[in-house]
Amino acid sequence: MASRLRKEGREKLTGRSQYVDDLRLPGHPEVLHGTTVRSPVARGTLKAVRFGGSIPWKDFVIVTAKDIPAIGGKNAIAHILHDQPCLVDEQINHPEEAIVLLAHPDRFLLEEARRHVTFEIDPLPAVFTIEKSLLKDPVIWGKDNTFKEFTIEKGDVDGVWQTADLIVEGEYHTGAQEQLYIEPNGMIAVANANEGVTVWGSMQCPYYVHHALTHLFALPDDKVRVIQAETGGGFGGKEDYPSMIACHAALLAWKAGKPVKIIYDRAEDLAATTKRHPSSTRHRTAVSRDGKLLAMDIDFLLDGGAYMTISTVVLSRGGIHAAGPYECPNVRIHARALATNSPPYGAFRGFGAPQSLFALERHMDEIAAKVGLAPEELRRRNFLQEGKATATGQIIREKLDLPKLLDSALQSSEFIKKRKAFQEANQDPANPIKRGMGLSTFMHGAGFTGSGEKMLASVAAVEATPAGTVRVLASNTEIGQGQRTVFAQLVADALGIDFDLVEVVQPDTKIVPNSGPTVASRTTMIVGKLVETAAISLRQTLIQSGCLAKTYTTAEFRKACGEYLSKLGALKCFSQYQQPGHIDWDDQKYRGDAYGTFAWAVYVAEVSVDLRTYEAQVDHFTAVQEIGKVVHPVLAAGQIEGGVLQGIGYALSEEVQLRNGRMANNRLTNYIIPTAADAPDIKVIFAENPYPHGPQGAKGIGELPLDGVAPAVLNAVAMALGPEAASRIHSIPLLPESLMKALDGAAESVKGERS
Amino acid sequence: MRGNIPAYDVRAPKSLTEALEFLHREPGAWKPLAGGTDLMVLLEMGVLEHKRLLSLHAVPELKGIREEKDRFVIGALTTFGEIQAHAELCREFPLLREAAASVGAIAIQNRATLAGNIANASPAADSAPALLALDAKLELASHEGSRWVEYRAFHTGYKKTLLQQGELIRAIALPKLAPGYVHAFRKVGTRKAQAISKVAFAGLARKAPDGKLTEVRLAFGSVAPTAFRATTAESRLQGRVLDLALIRDAKQALQQQLTPIDDVRSTAEYRRRVSLNLLEDFLLQAKNRGEA
Amino acid sequence: MSPSMSAQKITVRCKINGQDRSFTTYPMARLLDLLREDAGLTGTKEGCGEGECGACSVLVGGELVNSCLIPAIQAEGTEITTIEGIAEGEKLNFIQQAFLEYGGAQCGICTPGMVLAVVYLLNRIKKPEDLTEAALRTALAGNLCRCTGYTKIFESVVRACHARFGASAGASSGDQR
Repeated sequence: MASRLRKEGREKLTGRSQYVDDLRLPGHPEVLHGTTVRSPVARGTLKAVRFGGSIPWKDFVIVTAKDIPAIGGKNAIAHILHDQPCLVDEQINHPEEAIVLLAHPDRFLLEEARRHVTFEIDPLPAVFTIEKSLLKDPVIWGKDNTFKEFTIEKGDVDGVWQTADLIVEGEYHTGAQEQLYIEPNGMIAVANANEGVTVWGSMQCPYYVHHALTHLFALPDDKVRVIQAETGGGFGGKEDYPSMIACHAALLAWKAGKPVKIIYDRAEDLAATTKRHPSSTRHRTAVSRDGKLLAMDIDFLLDGGAYMTISTVVLSRGGIHAAGPYECPNVRIHARALATNSPPYGAFRGFGAPQSLFALERHMDEIAAKVGLAPEELRRRNFLQEGKATATGQIIREKLDLPKLLDSALQSSEFIKKRKAFQEANQDPANPIKRGMGLSTFMHGAGFTGSGEKMLASVAAVEATPAGTVRVLASNTEIGQGQRTVFAQLVADALGIDFDLVEVVQPDTKIVPNSGPTVASRTTMIVGKLVETAAISLRQTLIQSGCLAKTYTTAEFRKACGEYLSKLGALKCFSQYQQPGHIDWDDQKYRGDAYGTFAWAVYVAEVSVDLRTYEAQVDHFTAVQEIGKVVHPVLAAGQIEGGVLQGIGYALSEEVQLRNGRMANNRLTNYIIPTAADAPDIKVIFAENPYPHGPQGAKGIGELPLDGVAPAVLNAVAMALGPEAASRIHSIPLLPESLMKALDGAAESVKGERS
Repeated sequence: MRGNIPAYDVRAPKSLTEALEFLHREPGAWKPLAGGTDLMVLLEMGVLEHKRLLSLHAVPELKGIREEKDRFVIGALTTFGEIQAHAELCREFPLLREAAASVGAIAIQNRATLAGNIANASPAADSAPALLALDAKLELASHEGSRWVEYRAFHTGYKKTLLQQGELIRAIALPKLAPGYVHAFRKVGTRKAQAISKVAFAGLARKAPDGKLTEVRLAFGSVAPTAFRATTAESRLQGRVLDLALIRDAKQALQQQLTPIDDVRSTAEYRRRVSLNLLEDFLLQAKNRGEA
Repeated sequence: MSPSMSAQKITVRCKINGQDRSFTTYPMARLLDLLREDAGLTGTKEGCGEGECGACSVLVGGELVNSCLIPAIQAEGTEITTIEGIAEGEKLNFIQQAFLEYGGAQCGICTPGMVLAVVYLLNRIKKPEDLTEAALRTALAGNLCRCTGYTKIFESVVRACHARFGASAGASSGDQR
């Protein structure tokens, strides 16, 4: 069957879709503009706030931390811990931390006013790097700057070093990365003691926002309503920060007695909101002469920024993925998330795994070079197989054929042939363009880590309307990935009715049940399954009621819905997540089944490096992956292609430059994402292996592509530059400036002096 | 939007005389506004200082490209899109075409003007190295009349120019080139489009039948407070036959004129090294031309 | 400068999607805001406000421009086309149709600007061979998309070019599944 057309595609293509900044609230002709006044320093004690200039301050709505207890609320953004305030009271912990909120009908005057709020601050010493945070001088968070620490142990790592043929060590770094959804964050709030709080906005997780608002305002659940507007991209960046903006808008609206809209401009969005965690990873690996991994000792460190937010779970995923898709009898992964005085880091597609897998997959190439094996051969000798155990001791219970994925990738990219040709051509010192092939093999666990899904216990529903259409009720959001289309397809297929008869309701916490957040590659696999199950029970209910025969046409189905509703009232079926029986996870020891399943992949990058400008570019990219069953080929390929280009940006150009904890290049001119002129052709190949617990056999795929791109690209660059420079290429982003440095000190022949 | 839009007064004169009158009556009060691609960005950031702007979009005398016997005269408001669409101009000056195509992306090229790029006086202006290599001349018009100046003398320091109060750039003239030049333009940006240059280079060279360089023009952007002609290197090369020793010599000469900085886009060291590499690359290209 | 000081508003007359319109606004107001707030045409999006992302692309006098960089005073007397003027009533135009079928739109925020960039590109192409891969990449390089990796956008444009010139037209868009 041809892929179904995107549900809301027509609205998006004609400009009719309503994003938050496009909304007009019926019954609210006047909406105030809101803005946030932020800390200019990384750490300090707030002594005073001054409202200067010739600003008519009496016309402004002004909110500070003092207003929160005044309405009986709690000054915290509820995530895992409640350590992050909504507004600074006294202690400032990062640059751009929100201190004062302002609202006014005139947005230009509002902006003038924002510039005339100044602060008296006693600065305190601050911490800006992982290395400095480890020294605990000063301690800026908790007892020892550590948000979370855990160790995964398998076998006996320390028993191997003495006898191993080879020990290979390496240290790898990754920088922060901005999600750079093209629609900046924004929220509109209506709030008062009578009606409670209602917000509309750009978000991934309506119930996270709901949770935060109920805590901040100390309101019962039914007094808070969160409605997702059409959302222009998220990639993790609209997972937790929208809660903050919603709280800000709602505080202003409460005090103003009028709706307030806060729309960030790009500079504010870049400087203040969450990004991918910077990381530092040390590998020490024991290998036999024939290339078998004997022991892997991995120290994985994340910079979590100033507050915990969700760093602990990012650390979990990163740590669990750190040993990759390899079987090794002895593994130790020591993982720590540390505090620094930067804005808190948050979710970004991959969620810790791109960091740890970058380190591992670069390291695997280094091991291959030391052992004297081709990179693909080293990997082939160590692949996980069905029946074998991952680092957490999770036994692979599915048909897993990594050699086949590898062969497919090698063949499709002409890896071996091109590598040979490039190696020869690169010898010519007169040729300033050096080419390389690089690969990575990796996996991504779908759904929440460990017992996360069990604790979420998501609920989704499907209901029939008198017109015989079917509505899907879930809190998962359409953010570009195609959630609406896939849910509609799953329900239409489960019911055997036309796709057009299925409507996926815009998430609104007053209407949809809590099916959890739109994160963790869980929407199709976990919630899609709930939606499919609910649809099947709706069909069974109709059949059991006698309104519908066992076989039926779409027309008969519609008629049956009408009949059922007129006879019996409502027809709404719910489905709640139940953990598949095979999953067994120990949260304390980090042992067992970390995920219900994994998607598996082999990626190949073909690059060229211009030695005159030290610029590396990706010329071709091949992405081979097994993602269970592909339920929607166009959307699935779209996920991979988009993720691959984000990964290329992560590898080669996207640098968050921090100066005293603050992003210095917070403009699109200076934070460099790839354009249409920079994108390589991306070949996407799917292998299929239906996952019995996913809808139509699907696994999660959204994050997978981010995990393997950067190491494949850097491995290719390393090959292009030759072994001496390669050993210096351990960090991303690999900007031309850093590539130049990597070449310095490497052999003159590599430098390409053409004389 | 961080600019206080209501605070900006903008006038749109309908003729050059009217525009110059504005500038004359209140010296320094009015800031010319051409395609807006620089000033509107400053407005967005809330740092556009001039509150009174003179939009030149309706001044017909500043538009159009005309070919004369030995030169092309390009109206100040000519956009980079119009430059690329002008077949004769592009045939005569491929360097200018390449520079125009390297500006931002198409939607920027359709608004950004040549004179705006010059008057903004950024050392990273994309047109600067090409105009320098092409020996451009600028017509500066004022209430009193107009004068022609050499473009290479125009940028007198970081963001400083020869423009006097009351003066506008009216046109840019490019003398036609004799045939037989080797040319190169290279913008090293942060990406392939929508980039601000980290290093930009434009070069022109011509050899006599005996291999001697009869003319060589080398221009760089983004590696000093202004874009500049590498005059020391040029004079080392002038009249000589290119060989590897001479190329090394030219690179050494260039070193003295490079005063790049570290900033948010790149490092001084990178800019210096790439400048030298691009010079070497161009000279090798010139050397090999006609040798094979 | 006191915030209360402000310039005289001006009247801007222009034609938007074929309709004569007139607005009273500040001379330095952005065309983007004129379209979104004064004309109520919210299909034109703001992604950066500095001409980098192209989400606010519209056609002015047939030329592709960033509406965030055009002051209202320069819109006087122009003809403007926004995304709302591309479909013919409820019928999608061939570019929109190709984007719908081939997955060229994901989150949709870059889509209006992207579609206008493609309208501009295909308007300037006289024959299908003009749509080389380089021309395609150059034409879209000012419109940032963070979702698609551009692959499906390229494919959509090639398909749209087919629709306009007939089946064999256009550049290869790489591997087509």
